[in-house]
Amino acid sequence: MKNKAKKYWHENLKYLFILLSVWFIVSFGAGILFKDFLNQFKLGGFKLGFWFAQQGSIYVFVILIFIYIRLMNKLDKKYGYAE
Amino acid sequence: MDVQLWTWILVGISFTLYFGIAIWARASSTKDFYIAGGGVSPLANGMATAADWMSAASFISMAGLISFSGYDGSVYLMGWTGGYVLLALLLAPYLRKFGKFTVPDFIGDRYYSNSARTIAIICALIVSFTYVAGQMRGVGIVFSQFLQVDITKGVLIGMAVVLVFAFLGGMKGITYTQVAQYCVLIFAFMVPAIFISIQMTGNPFPQIGMGARVEDGIFLLDKLDELHTQLGFKEYTSGTKSTWDIFAITFALMAGTSGLPHVIVRFFTVPKVKDARKSAGYALLLIAILYTTAPAVSVFARTNLITTVNETAYTDLPDWFKNWENTGLISWTDKNNDGKIQYRNSDAVNGKPVFTEERGENGERIISNPSTAENELYVDKDIMVLANPEIAQLPNWVIGLVAAGGLAAALSTAAGLLLVISTSVSHDLVKKQLKPNISDKGELLIARISILVAIVVAGFFGIYPPGFVAAVVALAFGLAAASFFPAIVLGIFDKRMNRQGAVTGMIAGISLMLFYMIRFKTGLIGIMDPLPESEWWFGTSPEGFGVIAMLVNFILAIVISRLTPAPPENVQQIVEDIRIPSGAGEAQMH
Repeated sequence: MKNKAKKYWHENLKYLFILLSVWFIVSFGAGILFKDFLNQFKLGGFKLGFWFAQQGSIYVFVILIFIYIRLMNKLDKKYGYAE
Repeated sequence: MDVQLWTWILVGISFTLYFGIAIWARASSTKDFYIAGGGVSPLANGMATAADWMSAASFISMAGLISFSGYDGSVYLMGWTGGYVLLALLLAPYLRKFGKFTVPDFIGDRYYSNSARTIAIICALIVSFTYVAGQMRGVGIVFSQFLQVDITKGVLIGMAVVLVFAFLGGMKGITYTQVAQYCVLIFAFMVPAIFISIQMTGNPFPQIGMGARVEDGIFLLDKLDELHTQLGFKEYTSGTKSTWDIFAITFALMAGTSGLPHVIVRFFTVPKVKDARKSAGYALLLIAILYTTAPAVSVFARTNLITTVNETAYTDLPDWFKNWENTGLISWTDKNNDGKIQYRNSDAVNGKPVFTEERGENGERIISNPSTAENELYVDKDIMVLANPEIAQLPNWVIGLVAAGGLAAALSTAAGLLLVISTSVSHDLVKKQLKPNISDKGELLIARISILVAIVVAGFFGIYPPGFVAAVVALAFGLAAASFFPAIVLGIFDKRMNRQGAVTGMIAGISLMLFYMIRFKTGLIGIMDPLPESEWWFGTSPEGFGVIAMLVNFILAIVISRLTPAPPENVQQIVEDIRIPSGAGEAQMH
């Protein structure tokens, strides 16, 4: 019982780590730290870094949460914590 | 029909709707009052959260702010949406599993201490009051500008409306009114944006139109960058803040968002842990609709403003310019006596324009405090959204709709905040500390009385806004980031975290943030003026300082907890329990 809970928690932490890395990369990475570098590329009429800062990061945030919901629902089922 | 009539009709219809819902969703127990009975569906909760979250500032001010700051405005876009990722992944599901009513509840139980609970109550009150005063002011401004009543009357009407649905319905009434308010505000924001996007770029999606080509075949953003360069502004897409400051402000806003008590409390209202995750997803999706449109509105409005106004003779200007000049939000001084408007990158006015009773030779209102700089035009940032439909010559009903949307945004946020304030008093303070034996009925009565008092206080601040309110609203996020965020995250993810660590961390975080705010932003009125930018620590603005205060909180808490005894066995059991989603059950009564 305790072991099961521990394993579940570790898998959960692994998902969090991956998803939060993406969260960090699209916003603080692409939208802020590497914005000047990315701005030499263009996405339609947008400079790429600017697009990430004002549009792209927000789309990714939404997608991230929905991926998280899916992953966790599966994980809950796998460990019998779903209800 | 004229604008005035349309506005009264649309505002009237939306208010009737809110009243109807308030009467239908009356609260009969404290559980109804605090967490809407715990039975709200994830989608409804997502909509309510979105309306709760998007305030008068998001609706009216944000697009204007971005319009005047270009890339720098990205901090609000990323900060106020990215926080939901933290909320969904790190906080909401666990707090739902914990299953009580409030944030101070969690802090008090997890750190087995009433002093921790009290500190949390104080933090919640500081954050909520600074925020709610701004909302009441927003209500007053919308009323005064669209319905020609003065600000005081506007605030009083707003107070009366909030009173009805918050007082009767508590969380239950507020939740279902917010669902309706979300629909009103998003419709009101999108309609003009779509109209203008089609007008300027032929694309009905503002998010895409913003990156599309305009009539003469060049990209809209390139055109705007070029206009900016010509007039001596920095390119719209590059901005002026330092990379570190952008980073710090964005982070502070994100952590602050996920630590705001009125947002967190919404996740106590859904039935299961699974639903808490899902409703965070819906909330962000619904918020993202406005937040991805706002930067497009900024670009359209900025381009429209410059091309319509710059180098145009005052006598040839469209009506909207003169209308807004009459409200005092636009001013023009003909410094080089050519009768045309020169818009340049400098301050046209020293501070805010002070109007005299006279008119100049072109018919413009004379101000007494123009600057010596070349720029002749002063435009208040807030009018970009409000005036946008007029600038783009949209039909009158759209203008009325924007007024109804602005009111929906301000009222829904005010209601959510007032509830947090009243819960802090009736539940966290009276029930949990002063009078534990109080009956459910008695507690409900106190909750209603405290919401009444909170509305009166908030209304008072709305009518007589203390000068520091505007500065402080933005800093509420820094305060939440510096206090709640670390205490809650560590409470869930660090089993070893104990009372000593968490309490020291919270006190240090919020005091440091308050100190920095007073030193560099607000000053101590009459005693000390705020210090200039050059004195900032590590080049961090007060808005971004929340990150540093938050780090101090985290580090202190971890170090001190390791030097003091581990938390008791039953508390460690709570932590293990909240990490497992099943068996959340209903929120426990007591």
